[in-house]
Amino acid sequence: MSEPKPLFGKAAVLETLAEQPAVKAIVAWNAEALTDAKFEFSELTLTIAKEQIRAACFALQAAGYNFFEDLTAVDWFPRSPRFQLSYHLVSHSFKERIRLSVLLEEASPAVESITPVWAGANYYEREVFDLFGIRFEEHPNLRRIMLPDEWQGHPLRKDYPVEGYR
Amino acid sequence: MSNPAGMPVLEPAEGARDQHMVINMGPQHPATHGVLRLVLEIDGEIVVRIYPEIGYLHTGIEKTCEAKFYHQVVPLTDRINYLDPLANNLCYALAVEKFLSLEIPPKAQWMRVLLAELSRLNSHLIWLGTHAMDIGALTVFLYTFREREDILRLFEAISGQRMMTSYIRIGGLALEPPLDFLDRVQAFIRTLPEKIDEYANLLTGNPIFRNRLKGVGHLSAADAIALGVTGPPLRASGIDFDLRRDMPYSSYEKFQFHVPVSNDCDCWARYEVRLVEMRESIKIIQQALDGMPEGAVKADAPKIVLPDREKMKTQMEALIHHFKIVTEGFAVPAGEVFQGIECGHGQMGYYIVSDGTAKPYRVHMRYPSFPVLQALETMCKGRMLADVVAVIGSIDIVLGEIDR
Repeated sequence: MSEPKPLFGKAAVLETLAEQPAVKAIVAWNAEALTDAKFEFSELTLTIAKEQIRAACFALQAAGYNFFEDLTAVDWFPRSPRFQLSYHLVSHSFKERIRLSVLLEEASPAVESITPVWAGANYYEREVFDLFGIRFEEHPNLRRIMLPDEWQGHPLRKDYPVEGYR
Repeated sequence: MSNPAGMPVLEPAEGARDQHMVINMGPQHPATHGVLRLVLEIDGEIVVRIYPEIGYLHTGIEKTCEAKFYHQVVPLTDRINYLDPLANNLCYALAVEKFLSLEIPPKAQWMRVLLAELSRLNSHLIWLGTHAMDIGALTVFLYTFREREDILRLFEAISGQRMMTSYIRIGGLALEPPLDFLDRVQAFIRTLPEKIDEYANLLTGNPIFRNRLKGVGHLSAADAIALGVTGPPLRASGIDFDLRRDMPYSSYEKFQFHVPVSNDCDCWARYEVRLVEMRESIKIIQQALDGMPEGAVKADAPKIVLPDREKMKTQMEALIHHFKIVTEGFAVPAGEVFQGIECGHGQMGYYIVSDGTAKPYRVHMRYPSFPVLQALETMCKGRMLADVVAVIGSIDIVLGEIDR
């Protein structure tokens, strides 16, 4: 299998993949909001400044990335910034998938909800809130989804034991 | 918490307290296909709001994966969507193989396509039987489960397990299929088209079935996309998108098949789309049987793929590799990948983050039944209570993959 060469860093991606529709759309919208980028395992990851994620989603939606596929988080404890959110968007017209990533600090992690862009992000944001304790501002119903309301802690955080607390 | 009983906060809307009623459907309701609980606000027989309450089957499987070696995760994946087991295995294996840039031998790829399609047939047969049963056509259930039994016997022949197959592994397949396996598949799919005719005969012209589905559960294309709906319900809303054709994996690009699309956006359209999909699956299986390449079913990567049992017992080298893989696993390059496939219910995806060790740092599964539940209210609002049952059947959910 011949794989395209991986690219790391904003400069390398902007230079080599300038024609890629998502890169093009982000540069046309606000190149400042793009803090980092990489192209690895044939997958494009764009790191967006946390204040700008909703606007970035609107921009990409307008550029043809019409389908929100997935949202989840990664806990990089004890590294800082601790949390990474990974959004996966699919374009039905380009037949392509991209990943947006947002980095969040450990202290009271919060980010704006993208439910105004895709209503379907609702459950995914609730799941991340439930299992990671990341808040989504302006979410219509930010309640726990998997676990009971009175549950303590957020199980998918790395400092939560696999067997749970007994 | 203002809600001591753990009840979802749902009271009749302001100003309608005298007229509206809040009722529970599930979690032990037979028509909710598992442990789904719906809290419904109704005005007489008319549905005003629906609040799905999930999580009854939540086992923290994503957390469990973080504590296992990469190859130990395979049996966990079966248990998520237990009606389409091989699709789970396939999606996970493809994701890990993306990290490792493994070359999968053609026979393994063809077998994977064949098995994924058998698995899709399994999933669709259960959907058809249970959906028809929910509507009141009990007979079809007995027929579809007869055919499903044949598929389970085929799974048992290759893997020793009827449901939790774990047959597709990282780097290929677990072992060579039995010698008569392809003949048995051939015999099975030879008779299947007429069996599907038989189901269609019982249902398509049936006026009760028709009236219960036609025009019920309308989901527009815009709503379907906004709510993250994938698979047959998306195609029944007029969006022509199928990962098998549009973002092919495991050599699906070498197969010819037709992707059914309907613009009717209702439960009937979902029924028709799935019925055509079953016939298309048979065609794909036929092509896989006709063109099945010769050769190995495992990649040539002794440090990643477990050796054959025979070799392990006779060759020192193979024994060492076996010991190392089982006790220490294998390291996977650091990074993140997302692999999507089209399973019976829609778009499945595995997102794996590796930190360069032998255990995945994070495994996240995107399963199609989870977002589709959000569309339930859009589809049922303003309709009769009995239509909720028809709609749940038509979106084909499995609670194992919703709760994970």
